[in-house]
Amino acid sequence: MLLDIRDVTKSYDSAEGRIEVLRGVSLQLAAGRSLALTGESGSGKSTLLHLVAGLDAPDAGEISVAGRAVTGLGDAGRAALRRDAIGLVFQQFNLVPSLTVAANLAFQARLAGRYEPERVAEIAARLGLDGLKDRYPEQLSGGQQQRVAIGRALAAAPALILADEPTGNLDEATGDSVLDRMLDLVADQGAGLLMVTHSPRLAGRLDARAHLAAGRIA
Amino acid sequence: MNRAVMGALLSHWRARPAQLAMLVVGLALATALWSGVQAINAEARASYARAAEMLGADELDRLVPADGGRVAQEVFARLDAAGWRVSPVLEGRIAVAGEEMRLLGVDAVSAPDRAGFDALPSGGAAMMLAMAPPEILFAAPDTLDRLGPRATGPEGAELRAAEGLAPGVVVADLRYAQRLIGARGLVSYLVLHPDQPETRAPLDEVASALRLRRASGSADLARLTESFHLNLTAFGLLSFVVGLFIVRSAVGLAFEQRRGVFRTLRALGVPLARLLWLLLAELALLALVAGLAGVGLGYVMAALLLPDVAATLSGLYGAEVSGTLALRPSWGLSGLAIALAGTLIAAAQGLWRVGRMPVLAAAQPRAWGLASARELVIQAGAALALALAALGLARWGESSVSGLALLAAILLSAALALPVVLSGLLAGAARLARGAVAEWFWADTRQQLPGLSLALMALLLALAANIGVGTMVQSFRATFTGWLDQRLAAELYVTARDAEEARALRGWLDGREDVRAVLPIRWVEAELAGAPGRIYGVADHATYRENWPLLRAQEGAWDRVAAGEAVLINEQLFRRDGLGVGDRLALPAGEDLPVAGIYSDYGNPQGQAMMGLEAFDGRFPGAPRLQHALRVAPGRSDALSSALQDSFGLPPEAITDQAEAKATSLRIFEQTFAVTGALNALTLGVAGVALLAALATLSEMRLAQLAPVWALGLTRARLARLEVARTVMLAALTFVAALPVGLILAWALLAIVNVAAFGWRLPMQVFPADWARLGTLALAVAAAAAAGPARRLARIAPAGLLRVFASER
Repeated sequence: MLLDIRDVTKSYDSAEGRIEVLRGVSLQLAAGRSLALTGESGSGKSTLLHLVAGLDAPDAGEISVAGRAVTGLGDAGRAALRRDAIGLVFQQFNLVPSLTVAANLAFQARLAGRYEPERVAEIAARLGLDGLKDRYPEQLSGGQQQRVAIGRALAAAPALILADEPTGNLDEATGDSVLDRMLDLVADQGAGLLMVTHSPRLAGRLDARAHLAAGRIA
Repeated sequence: MNRAVMGALLSHWRARPAQLAMLVVGLALATALWSGVQAINAEARASYARAAEMLGADELDRLVPADGGRVAQEVFARLDAAGWRVSPVLEGRIAVAGEEMRLLGVDAVSAPDRAGFDALPSGGAAMMLAMAPPEILFAAPDTLDRLGPRATGPEGAELRAAEGLAPGVVVADLRYAQRLIGARGLVSYLVLHPDQPETRAPLDEVASALRLRRASGSADLARLTESFHLNLTAFGLLSFVVGLFIVRSAVGLAFEQRRGVFRTLRALGVPLARLLWLLLAELALLALVAGLAGVGLGYVMAALLLPDVAATLSGLYGAEVSGTLALRPSWGLSGLAIALAGTLIAAAQGLWRVGRMPVLAAAQPRAWGLASARELVIQAGAALALALAALGLARWGESSVSGLALLAAILLSAALALPVVLSGLLAGAARLARGAVAEWFWADTRQQLPGLSLALMALLLALAANIGVGTMVQSFRATFTGWLDQRLAAELYVTARDAEEARALRGWLDGREDVRAVLPIRWVEAELAGAPGRIYGVADHATYRENWPLLRAQEGAWDRVAAGEAVLINEQLFRRDGLGVGDRLALPAGEDLPVAGIYSDYGNPQGQAMMGLEAFDGRFPGAPRLQHALRVAPGRSDALSSALQDSFGLPPEAITDQAEAKATSLRIFEQTFAVTGALNALTLGVAGVALLAALATLSEMRLAQLAPVWALGLTRARLARLEVARTVMLAALTFVAALPVGLILAWALLAIVNVAAFGWRLPMQVFPADWARLGTLALAVAAAAAAGPARRLARIAPAGLLRVFASER
């Protein structure tokens, strides 16, 4: 199993007291498959995604990615896991502002030691970024920035793509276009995709769907 | 409305106490350094004014002996009989409780009202002096405090306080003063009452040996010390400017971070003008709080530095300045005013931007202070224009003011050029970088540059000033030490207490086989090239011919000087007044002599001339003949010194050996630069705070830039290490840039500013070991400044970084 989540719980302290965001979530995703994670605001979708990426640690439960137990790793191990096995796509794009589009596209592949210029060039071409390679993120539109973020995640050929509302900041037409290209590329690479979304319409385009409500898979 | 808007504006500072602290600390430090220097200057000027008021030197004319010596007291009776209204005064130096003081002997009965006696205790000072027993010395209360409650004058004389007397001065009855300094029947000059009878006899008929000297006001001391105070002011201003970089950095960031608040306030109906006025009020409030703290700190700093300044002014210019600081409202108010003005200057750009910001402007902070290519070009243009101005000033400027303008132009030009140079270097490094992290590191560093450039510019100014002043002082020390070895060739220097003792001394010395030569030292105060100076008479002896440090001279210069046909002048007259070899030097009594040579003369800002002893004695027969330089057989100095003390009962201070004279000269020299050294160190400290402030305020914005890189697989610890490395690398590049700037500064100080200020010029030497120490210090300061934000980054909880990504949880 590419992604295996078992009985994961997570809570936070807040002004109102302790909030249990996840209450024993279990979920599996096979390689080459895509899964939409839906739910209301505050249901814990992004938190689960962050736990999978090793950006945060669960209170309890087990998470493994490509056979590696995320929960047993230290800070450096989790950073290595993100470099090697995971591609992250954020709602806010989160490109590196000081690097050009070309450098952003190649960035994670080079961190992972899997940089292949031809592959990056092909991804850029398929995402329609050929004419934008020398620009900086602040010179791009939202849709263009999200295409760069997707290209960055895919250029490293990760086993698992984690996308948090990748079209949430885009209008519907641009969002559809960006999602089309992402799904094409994910399918071609045979990677797994876990995508957080609010939209039932977008969720319907993925292989499977899991709904989070009150910290549990409904 | 005002209250609500002000509350919203001030809430920014409540949420960011560290940013507020940086702003207040920066402004307080800047104000402290500036107002501290102003306090020192104000204290010194007040002392000059008090000195000038003493005995009416600032407003009463005097009759002074034309030959520069003293005159018999009976001339007073002659003048009085001839209808002149005059009062005799004797000046000299005495030791009081182990401290050398300027003694003024006065005749209380004949002294004019405005001769400073109104400063003495109430009840009529003249009466007091006349009625009191003669063995009383009056001194300023702070002088008495310094001497201690149990101190007494010579022969057990009583010391009494008198307000208004200048520091370092004691006033005594004329007869007692004559006895104290062994000048019985002699006076130094006669003070003229302002209302002189029309019927008085002409001066030439009554006292042809006297000439009239017009009241000079406090101009002499003020002019002599002007350059010194100008130098001090310049360093105070430099420190202030460096402090303003901190303020500019903190205020600029606060304005950018509140763009959203400004937009909301405007959208809710707050007029733009009202918003700007309230922002001004907020800034004024912060400036007043920080300014008050700064004035307090400045007072403490001035109180700590004043004794050194007082010692310098005394050693170098003979100007007595109180070592105790008085609280003067004027500099306190000027400190507050400069804090307000500085804050407004630092905030001007931010206010201007708010004034032009459309209501619907983006609420997100722009890449703060991000210098566009166009801005960098403008900055480079300004740097070039200032560099050209500096070249012009170096070529044509001659005064102290133009020298300091030159320093300002060099420093500002270099500071403006720094971001341009660094940006170019970082772009080059990014092109050469191999590997994703290295590429990101260089590109990210370049992006951070605008936010850090103000702090780096402050660091550059502080480092360049340190290198410049350090090079100047060290060059001076090396040259001065060698010069002293030449100049102080005699083994012993002896001063007799009066003319009779001097004659006996010479007779005693002539017969001794351990004494190779007795060289008289005679001098008179005289006006040279329109300024106070001294003329020395020197014997024709190998000691001078072989050792005296001549910078340039005609063939046979010493022969011509010995024959009374020419004079030698010091470097001060040569450089400052343009007198060269072959020119003629105007002497008192309307004659002149050609200049045969020029000698270097460090540690003294005044003009000096040397002439043959016979020629000197002919022109100035009244010059004191008390001092002598002795050439002594090797190894016999100590024995001779003891023998002199035994035979004549000379006090220890009357005999100075060579080592002691050198030590005294070096001490005066060290004190001269002690204050500038202290100000330099403080400026470097302020630059360190500037760097810390910039990094602390930027670290808040850094999270958004670093979080994606962390998410992509770099650990927090590695990012923290890279953050420290970035700051240290930028500080290292700034230090490398500061080296040539500092050396140019040193050259300007040695070749232009010092020549204008002191009249001497020294060869520049370089001291790489000092640079290495300073460079290490700069890197340590940078690493320390970066360590705090880096430690926070390394320890930040993932939740802190996740906030950057999370639109929901």
